[in-house]
Amino acid sequence: MSDAQTNSFIAFLPEGILLLGILALFGVTLGTNRVGAARHVSVATAIALALACAATFKAEAVLFDGAYRVDAFSQWLKLVFALGYLGCVVIGNHLKDIRADIRPEYFFLLATSVMGFVLLAGSVDLITLVVALELSSFPLFLLIAMRREAKGRRSQMESAIKYMMFGIAASGIMLFGMGYLYGLTGTTSLPLLVERLQPVMHTPLAITGVILTMAAFFYKLAVFPFHFWTPDVYQGASNETTAIIASLPKVAAVLLLLRFAGAATPEAQTLAVMLAILAIGSMFFGNLLALAQTDFKRLLGFSAIAHAGYTLLGLVALEEAGFTASLYYVTGYLFMILACFTVITRVSRDGANLPISALAGLHKRSPLLAATLLAGVFSLAGMPPFVGFMGKFSLLTAALQQGFLWLVLLAVLNTVIAVYYYLRVVHAAFFTEPSGDADTSPIHLDPAARVLCLLLIAVIIGLGTVPGLFLDTIADSLSSIFPPS
Amino acid sequence: MILLWLIAIPLIGGILAWTAERWSTTAPRWIALAATAVPLVLALTLWDGDPGDFWLAEFETSWIPAAGIDFYLAADGLGLLMVLLTFFLGVLSVGISWNTVPSRPGFFYFNLLLILAGTTGVFTALDLFLFFFCWELMVLPMYFIIGIWGHENRNYAAIKFFIFTQASGLLLLIAILGLHYAHAAETGVQTFRYGELLGTELAPGLGMGLMLGFFVAFAVKLPAFPFHTWLADAHTEAPTAGSLILAGLLLKTGGYGLVRFVVPLFPEESAAFAPVAMALGAIGILYGAKLAFAQTDLKRLIAYTSVSHMGFVLVGVFAWNAWAVQGVVVQMIAHGLSTGALFILAGGIQDRLHTRDLNAMGGFWPQAPCMAALALFFAMASLGLPGLGNFVGEFLILLGSFQVNVVATVLAALGLVGATVYSLWIIQRVFHGEPRESKGLTDLSLREITILGVLAAGLLGLGLYPKPVLHMSEPTVRALHETAPPPGAALATGQPENPVAHAVPPNERVPTDP
Repeated sequence: MSDAQTNSFIAFLPEGILLLGILALFGVTLGTNRVGAARHVSVATAIALALACAATFKAEAVLFDGAYRVDAFSQWLKLVFALGYLGCVVIGNHLKDIRADIRPEYFFLLATSVMGFVLLAGSVDLITLVVALELSSFPLFLLIAMRREAKGRRSQMESAIKYMMFGIAASGIMLFGMGYLYGLTGTTSLPLLVERLQPVMHTPLAITGVILTMAAFFYKLAVFPFHFWTPDVYQGASNETTAIIASLPKVAAVLLLLRFAGAATPEAQTLAVMLAILAIGSMFFGNLLALAQTDFKRLLGFSAIAHAGYTLLGLVALEEAGFTASLYYVTGYLFMILACFTVITRVSRDGANLPISALAGLHKRSPLLAATLLAGVFSLAGMPPFVGFMGKFSLLTAALQQGFLWLVLLAVLNTVIAVYYYLRVVHAAFFTEPSGDADTSPIHLDPAARVLCLLLIAVIIGLGTVPGLFLDTIADSLSSIFPPS
Repeated sequence: MILLWLIAIPLIGGILAWTAERWSTTAPRWIALAATAVPLVLALTLWDGDPGDFWLAEFETSWIPAAGIDFYLAADGLGLLMVLLTFFLGVLSVGISWNTVPSRPGFFYFNLLLILAGTTGVFTALDLFLFFFCWELMVLPMYFIIGIWGHENRNYAAIKFFIFTQASGLLLLIAILGLHYAHAAETGVQTFRYGELLGTELAPGLGMGLMLGFFVAFAVKLPAFPFHTWLADAHTEAPTAGSLILAGLLLKTGGYGLVRFVVPLFPEESAAFAPVAMALGAIGILYGAKLAFAQTDLKRLIAYTSVSHMGFVLVGVFAWNAWAVQGVVVQMIAHGLSTGALFILAGGIQDRLHTRDLNAMGGFWPQAPCMAALALFFAMASLGLPGLGNFVGEFLILLGSFQVNVVATVLAALGLVGATVYSLWIIQRVFHGEPRESKGLTDLSLREITILGVLAAGLLGLGLYPKPVLHMSEPTVRALHETAPPPGAALATGQPENPVAHAVPPNERVPTDP
């Protein structure tokens, strides 16, 4: 191992660059209202971060006394976070619905949160993991509350409190569970912990510990019954903030679930069944309630719960093909959801929430946005040639391979239910003309948004039609955390 | 390589047409015409190949090796016939929508071409995953065509169409995965390849379940009773070109799937299920005819005739002897031409009168003699007049099924009476009766006459000289029968059954027996 170790300075390059970016952003916030500068620094940081991750893709190192590991798995996820960050910054463009005087701080806090996510990818010790998780969460609480106050509503405060209360409660449960795990294994180092956990995985104590620990990750992923915050926060937070909350934490949650799921072998039926029940609950709850929504963001909130359920299908299998599928799916989900939010932020001129009916005539107002929406929504619905189809396919394959036929059938039933509300969105954007005094003027996209739209469409189709490369990369990177036994 | 182009050209053409919309409203249709005509010509060049060579064209490349998925396209005689039908109707649908697309012509042709690309993929894919991929690819654009350019009740029809096909499609996906794992468990080879999956030994219960998964997916598309309820709405609300593609092509993918996949992959289960399937087919024939007769909406009437005609396909497939299967092939082509033509006529009438209500019609013959004469011709084709394509198909199917299931055959034959009634009903209600002057009803334009003339010539050719078509599909039918022997064949010929023979194309087989 030590031969292949990369110079630790090089290995830490992505984090270093992000840290520099955060410092620069802090500097920017000291001036008055320099939102343009903050945005440019953020974009530059995101691009530099992505490049650094790509450059250190093959790096391998163990840092900080084994608490932090750089390997293919962590670098792959950092790259995904970097791209997601870039997307979020471009989506956030004007921050229409954030109070004007604190817009630079918004970018600063966003970068801090991303730092937390990036650190999560490399954390292999319970302590660093908790610190990184909280670092990623706290700025998000603030970002929600930073929405401009509109007359007669303070829903952003309600949402922020909700998100925080649930988040802190979930963290508490997680720490409780981690306490059990520490008591069982006597270590906080994840690889060691997982290794010592495996022989005792059938004991009730170990199962309780793992499930309680996972609670915090379920909360991030919005798995039923940890989902209660989702629709309200989606609706109460500004459109840009919701885009962040809907995308990056989901990837982080799957990453963390994978770290712990490695402890359980396919023989650990109790854990599998429990995950399966959560998956079913999430899918039905999310999909059935999404049917009745009229607000696009709230609809996406419920759909996020359903998608959390699909993502768990891969974990239920408790073996590598399933883990690969989950990670692949959530990566694809990040881009689908960013595509949807690109459309939301551009169609909503003043940053207000967007009813589905406000999408009417989008195909005329901006064909590119309409196409982006099409790719995003149909990918969420699981239609080929978009990534959502290939993702669902690999999830179903993995679950079926482990003999969960009933689970697969229920998932398929849910996919069909979901089609209906996704079609409503498409119907609004493509089939209806704006009525009454609705805004019908064309939407002009800035060049950055234009490029973002095209890139998102390309990635959503590309990941969906030539998944071989990505699946191999993910599978390879997974083998670095699950050594072939 | 040609097969790849057959899919790529419509795809590229579709994207070009969509982008060309910004600069010109006429450019998209020219691009669409080229993107359908060129593949038609390319496909015709394959006709020269000797069908005895079995695979007339192949294209293969690895796609997702980790999951054992290949990008494997191949066309035998049956596949080529279906591809030719695809692009033949493709050219005509571009022609029929030439200047009748009210808005967004680029997006319209994009969707149209995407359907053609998906259909071609369905007819040529021999990797089951690729097949499913293309199968799903046809759904989206059709949803758009119905939903954007359809008639009054288009939204309802579009969503109904989408949900029916999506639900059945996912059933198909599970069945494909089940077959994949059953094969992997038996042989240890992870593959979705049709040729290798043939002859997989399945536990009785599992085999029946998987067969039903495939069957339901194809029966919805066909559509067979009792899965036909989406069809009338979709056909009625779709614009003319959409109805043409729906009736002519999308229904055929169901029939094709039954012939290519259901019976060969699950010979024993299909044999056990055959009486039920044939009964469903016979019910569909009679029930479709009865429903057609009861309609007052012209397009709805024609839509229900499809249910009736496709019932013959179901009866023929599950009769599964050479006569019946050959009849199915002819019936599918003939139905595509004749019903497509009837939809073009109905669409033409609606464009002129802005109604499809039969009560508002009648006595149009003097005013539109060309239209009336052509309508009479296609109505005759639809009722199975000897000399036209449908007769050959239905006759062969009945001939074949009589040897297998007399009751179903008798019932199916009764459907021909029903066909006569509803076909003549169309003519009587629209063109006969007291002559009445109707504003705006002009006779067919030269463009429409040309398109309908080509369809009429096709039907006439198919009816008088079906031999080229039968010759083309004959090797496929023979190969399919080697995989899944027709009822009574093993006894009749005394040859041992060889369920895996088809795993290797016949031309690569070691010539052991003379």
